[in-house]
Amino acid sequence: MIKVEGLTKRYARMAAVDNVSFEVAKGQIVGFLGPNGAGKTTTMRVLTCFLPATEGRAEVAGYDVTTQPMEVKRRIGYLPETPPLYPDMEVCEYLEFVGRLKGVPKSNLKQRLDEVAERCSIADVKTKLIGKLSKGYRQRVGLAQAIIHNPDVLILDEPTSGLDPKQIIETRDLIKSLAGDHTIILSTHILPEVEAVCERVIIINKGKVVATDTVDNLTHRLRGSEAVTVELTGAPGADDVQRKLELVSGVSRVVAKEGRGGMLKFEVESLQGRQIRPDLARAVVESGWQLHELHSAAFSLEEVFIELTSSQAAGGAQ
Amino acid sequence: MSSIWVICRKELKGYFASPIAYGLMVFFAVIAGYFSFMATAIFVQRGMESQMMGRGMPMDLNEWVIRPVLMNVSVIGLFMIPMITMRLFAEEKRSGTIELLTTSPVTDLQVILGKWLASVLMYGAVLGVSLIGLVALFAWGKPDWKPMLIGYLGLLLQGGSLLAIGTFISTCTRNQIVAGVATFAICLLLWVLDWVTAFATSTGGKVISYLSVVQHFEGFSKGVLDTKDLIFYLSVIFFGLFLTSRSMESLRWRS
Ligand SMILES: Nc1ncnc2c1ncn2[C@@H]1O[C@H](COP(=O)(O)OP(=O)(O)OP(=O)(O)O)[C@@H](O)[C@H]1O
Ligand SMILES: [Mg+2]
Repeated sequence: MIKVEGLTKRYARMAAVDNVSFEVAKGQIVGFLGPNGAGKTTTMRVLTCFLPATEGRAEVAGYDVTTQPMEVKRRIGYLPETPPLYPDMEVCEYLEFVGRLKGVPKSNLKQRLDEVAERCSIADVKTKLIGKLSKGYRQRVGLAQAIIHNPDVLILDEPTSGLDPKQIIETRDLIKSLAGDHTIILSTHILPEVEAVCERVIIINKGKVVATDTVDNLTHRLRGSEAVTVELTGAPGADDVQRKLELVSGVSRVVAKEGRGGMLKFEVESLQGRQIRPDLARAVVESGWQLHELHSAAFSLEEVFIELTSSQAAGGAQ
Repeated sequence: MSSIWVICRKELKGYFASPIAYGLMVFFAVIAGYFSFMATAIFVQRGMESQMMGRGMPMDLNEWVIRPVLMNVSVIGLFMIPMITMRLFAEEKRSGTIELLTTSPVTDLQVILGKWLASVLMYGAVLGVSLIGLVALFAWGKPDWKPMLIGYLGLLLQGGSLLAIGTFISTCTRNQIVAGVATFAICLLLWVLDWVTAFATSTGGKVISYLSVVQHFEGFSKGVLDTKDLIFYLSVIFFGLFLTSRSMESLRWRS
């Protein structure tokens, strides 16, 4: 449904999006994950024909964004980072305007309006001025605006930002309920959101795609390896310990950490699917050091995200 | 076509949702009313004077009342333009709603025409208020209505040209005050330009005089429909809207 090939967008000299390629199948929900300034919004703006690409191609529902923007726009519902609202309009009036703008036939408009208001739970504020709504309600009106013409593709830029926890869950449920008929791309910085809503995730950093996989695979892959924190005393020096720990079978990496109160602290990562805690304990004790703590810090998606994005940053600096 | 109307209607609603529209109309009603009254008073006085002196020359309502009022309205109208156009695009850029317009299945041209049309209608509504004083003339005189019609057509054309320029200026900034001040400056310049060129005889002066938007209204105010003036206004409108569309396009390339 969405196909992006070698997409590059440069602002002045800086590339905000650099040679990005991905595909989204019909009916899928894909999470676009990345830190601030990663290029999520820029990519979405190219997909919605708001910005032209510097290089590369993007296709939505089989139509090219540069050569057939009208066809693309007809099939896309877009919620920008800041919902595009007119504060001096009533909610109903606004949705009617957007509906007409997006080409909803007049005869159908009333019915669509009611459906959408129902779906986004804004029926009770229909006659209120948008300028007087709370942030959460504005976000919902923004979402209602994106789906009013029942588009094939939905592009949502941080749809849950600024909402309270209850609203976040409601909005996520709403988005999930929209999948199937609609193909959805949503951007976020929040990992649990991707886990909760999306089937696939595209991790992007500094304008480059660093990982793309199904959410299940990614969590599985990440949880497959283990991170263990070791704290000990009685060793002559941190370097000795590090060398010793690295020799333990199944260990892939040892990182020295700041320890408190004369404690030496290390973080040890295991190879895929290996249990290393017993061997680690034995190695420490056999060397005559005092083992104070040994616990597994199961790899969270969060850490891997930071890992992926910061190693990318280091790579980019070279 | 219907997209243009959708956008135009939204803008019109926007004007009347704020007090600006009503303020402008009241202000204009007072000023135009004052001028109509003064012109009529002078007319009546002159009429009486000439009768007393026994000259009894037939005096023309159009020449003595309608024309001065039209000239004055055209100048006051100049200063309404910035208030009408300043928010058209600047506000959409500031609040990010421009992203809604440009990602909807409408062309830039439809957006521009819709907004410009709304500004012309708004300007027309303000002008309409000035008609009240003149229509009263029909109650006790027999002014010729054709020159008046042409005069108002001229006012609309002059307004339309400046509104097109104002629309363009509004796309250049996200601050509507800046847009308003810049448009005001241009209107002021055009007005002053008209004074200067009144005395110009050199070729350069004639060129400037030709470019003076106000100058071309002179004919309309006399009730003369000159195709040269008509073409001038239509080309300014075209040019202004063309610049607007270029600016909207470059806005995307830059931002
Ligand atoms: N109009 C612009 N002019 C110049 N640079 C820009 C412009 N818009 C964005 N950028 C730059 O492009 C890069 C990517 O920005 P983008 O807004 O796409 O990031 P993002 O992933 O959406 O970030 P966030 O999570 O903060 O929303 C940033 O470094 C930003 O500074
Ligand atoms: Mg963003």
